[in-house]
Amino acid sequence: MSAMNLSNLTYNTLLKMFAAGKRFDGRKLLEQRDFTVEYDVSYKAEGSARVKLGKTEVIVGVKMDVGTPYPDSMDKGNLMVSGDLLPLASPRFESGPPKFNAIELPRLIDRMVRESHMIDLNKLVITEGEKVWTVMIDIYPINDDGALIDAASIAAIAALQQARIPELNKDGKVDHDKKGTKKLPLNEGILPISFTFYKLGDSLFIDPTREEEEAADGKIVLGISHYKGKEHMIHSAQKGMDAHLSTEDITEMMKTLPKLYDDTLKKLKKFLK
Amino acid sequence: MTFKRPDGRKLDEMRPMVAKIGVVPNADGSAMFTFGKTVAIAAVYGPRLLHPQHMQDPKAAILRVNYDLLSFSVADRKKPGPSRRSQEISKVTEWALSPALDLKEFPNTVIDVQIYILQANASTRVAGINAASMALAQAGIPMKDLVCAVSVGKMDKDLVLDVNDEEEHFEDGEGATDMATARLANSDKWTLLQLDGKIQPELYPKALSMADKAFAKIYEVQKKALKDVMEEEK
Amino acid sequence: MEKFNEKNNEETYEDFTGVAEPTSRTVVVPGEVIASGGDFLAGEGARKEGDDVVASRYGLAEKIGRVVKIIPFSGAFIPRRNNVVIGRVNDIVHSGWIIDIDYAQNGFLPLMESPRFVNKHEMDQFLAIGDVVAAKVWSVSPKGIDLAMKGKGLGKLEGGFVFRVNSSRVPRIIGREGSMINLIKEKTGCNVTIGQNGWVWVKGADIDSELRARRAIEFIAEKVLVSGLTEKMEKWFGENK
Repeated sequence: MSAMNLSNLTYNTLLKMFAAGKRFDGRKLLEQRDFTVEYDVSYKAEGSARVKLGKTEVIVGVKMDVGTPYPDSMDKGNLMVSGDLLPLASPRFESGPPKFNAIELPRLIDRMVRESHMIDLNKLVITEGEKVWTVMIDIYPINDDGALIDAASIAAIAALQQARIPELNKDGKVDHDKKGTKKLPLNEGILPISFTFYKLGDSLFIDPTREEEEAADGKIVLGISHYKGKEHMIHSAQKGMDAHLSTEDITEMMKTLPKLYDDTLKKLKKFLK
Repeated sequence: MTFKRPDGRKLDEMRPMVAKIGVVPNADGSAMFTFGKTVAIAAVYGPRLLHPQHMQDPKAAILRVNYDLLSFSVADRKKPGPSRRSQEISKVTEWALSPALDLKEFPNTVIDVQIYILQANASTRVAGINAASMALAQAGIPMKDLVCAVSVGKMDKDLVLDVNDEEEHFEDGEGATDMATARLANSDKWTLLQLDGKIQPELYPKALSMADKAFAKIYEVQKKALKDVMEEEK
Repeated sequence: MEKFNEKNNEETYEDFTGVAEPTSRTVVVPGEVIASGGDFLAGEGARKEGDDVVASRYGLAEKIGRVVKIIPFSGAFIPRRNNVVIGRVNDIVHSGWIIDIDYAQNGFLPLMESPRFVNKHEMDQFLAIGDVVAAKVWSVSPKGIDLAMKGKGLGKLEGGFVFRVNSSRVPRIIGREGSMINLIKEKTGCNVTIGQNGWVWVKGADIDSELRARRAIEFIAEKVLVSGLTEKMEKWFGENK
C-alpha cells in the first residue's frame, strides 16, 4: 500500500465532491460504513472484540488485575486505557516512540469511558483503601482505512460488555487457570460511542476512508451516550488539526450526533453480549 | 511409560492449523497462521525506502522484522512496547526468513515484516514465521522457497511435536525441552534452531526428523492458503 | 513431479500482458516445481534448478513455447526505461522536481523537461508540491531515477483525481492492445491515464462519470481471474449507470 502523500488534484476533487454531497464510495457525508463485531479474539483476555468498519479493523482487549487504588480515589477501582498504532496497520505507522495520534487515541477512549461512568468503579473494590481491581483496556488497530477512533470506541465497549472478572486464588492473586463468570459492573443504560467529525473546506463529514482522512483540514472527536436511557449526553470532546470550526459547524454536529448515535447503537445492539 | 499429552494428542500430532492470506488490506502482503489457540498475524511492507540513508545496503534490501505480543495475548498482561524477549525473537525470525528471499533485487531498500501474536499458547515465534512466510510470498517478494517452522518438545524422555503452554511448564523427570525450528520448505536448509532444556546430543537429529515430517504438512497448509485466492472467485 | 499443464500451451504470444487462461492448478508459490524435463527454459519469475523450472514468485505459471514464466499476482513496481508513471511532486530543488513515483527511490524531473521555459525562481508556478505529473522513466540507476516529460499524454495533470491500484494489475486494466482501457473511456467519457506504477488518473465531464470510471477500474483490479473479463465489464457497465 502506498505512502504517497495526498495530491492537490485529489484534494480539490474531494472539496468539490463533498460540496456536492458525494463520496467515492457512494455514501452521504454523515453516513457511517457498515460494521461487524466479533468476540473472543484473544482467549487470555478477560474480554476482547474485533470491529471491522469498512476495511478499518481494530482489536480491543480487556485485562484485569489486582492493584492498589489511586490516592485520590481510594474507594474506586482503576481504569487504564492504552494502545498503539501498530506499524502493521498502515504504511504510515512507524516503529519507535509514539507519535501524537498514537498517544491521542487511547486517551480519547479513556475519557469517553471514564466520563460516561460506563464502568461502576465503586463496585471494583476488593478491600477498601487497599486492594481494588484495575481494568486495563488495550487498543490495537490492525488495518487503518480511516476512523480508527470511532472503530476503537465500538470495540472497546463491546469488549467491556463481554468481559468477565477473573477468579482470585486463596493468595488473593488472579487465578489464570479459572475462567471468570461475573460480568464487569457496568452502570445500566450507558454505552458511549465516539464519533469524529471532519471538515474539508466547508463540508462536514464522518467516518472517512484513509484517503478522505488525509485530505481533511480539521476534526473534532465527540463521545456520546444515551445516558441511563433518559437523554443524550456528550461525555468528551477534543478538537484537532489546524482548521477552525464555526458555531454553525458545532450546531450542525449537535443536531446530527444524537441520531448518528442511535443508528450506530441499533446496529451495535445486534452484536452485544 | 510414554508421556501423556495434556490435550490428548499423539506425540507427533500437531494442533489444528488455520492459515489465511490478505488479512491486513493495507499491507503489501499479509497472513494469519494458527497452531491451535496460538494465533499470529504478519504484514509485509516493502521493498520501500529506508531511512536513515546510512542504514541502506547498496547491494541488497534489508529485511527488518518486528515481532511482538499484544498486551492481552498472555495471561499476565504484557506492558505495551518491545521487550528484550521480543527483540531477540525479532532478530532470530529475521535470520529464519532472509535465506529464503532474493534480497539482492532491491538494493538500498527495506522490507518490513511485522508479526503480532493475538493469542499465545506457546509456539508463538514459529507460528509467526509461518505467517510471515506466506505474507512475503503474497507481497510478491522473489523467494527461493517458503519457510516452514514448528516447535519440537521433549517431555521427560519423549519427543513431541508442537508444544503448548501446559507442556512448556512440564517438570517431571527430565522436564520440558523446547526446540524452535524452521527450514526452507523444499531443501535441507535449516534457518532457525533454538533450544532450551535438556536433550542428549543423539536425540537432536531425531527431533529434526520429527520437524521434517511436520514441515510437509505445514507446507501444504501454506500453499493452500496462497492458492485459495482462485477458489474465492469461482 | 508433474510435467507442465499441457492445456495451457499458448503458442501465440499474447503481448507482454500475458493474459493466460488460468486454472487453479497453475497458481504457484515460490519454491514450487512448475515443470520438469530438460527442455524447459526459466522465464521471468522462475529459475532453473537442475532439470526443473522452479517458481521464484507467487502468481500464475504460464508456458509460452519452451519458456515457463510467472505472471505475479502482486509485487512492488520496478521502474524500467520508457515506463509511463504517474507521480506526485514532493520537493523542488534548484535543477528540477523530486517526484514520488511510489517506489523505494524517488524520481527526478529535470527543469529542462518542462514544456515551456520556466524560470528557476518560478518553478513552483509550473509544478508545485502536491501537483501530479504523467512522466516517462528515462533512466534507472543506483543514483536515482530520471524522468522525462516530453511526449503524448505526458505532462502536468490538471483536474480529475488520482488513485492507486496494485501495479501488477495494470496490464489487465489496459487489456490486450488497450481494449479494456478503451472500453472504460468509451463507457464513461473520461480521460484515463494509467501509470505502470499502479497510479491512475481519471478526468471526466462531471464527478459522476469520474466516480464510475474509478469504480470500474477498482472492480477490474480486484479480480484474480482474467478470463471473460471484457464480457464481465460490458455487463458491469450495463448494470452500473
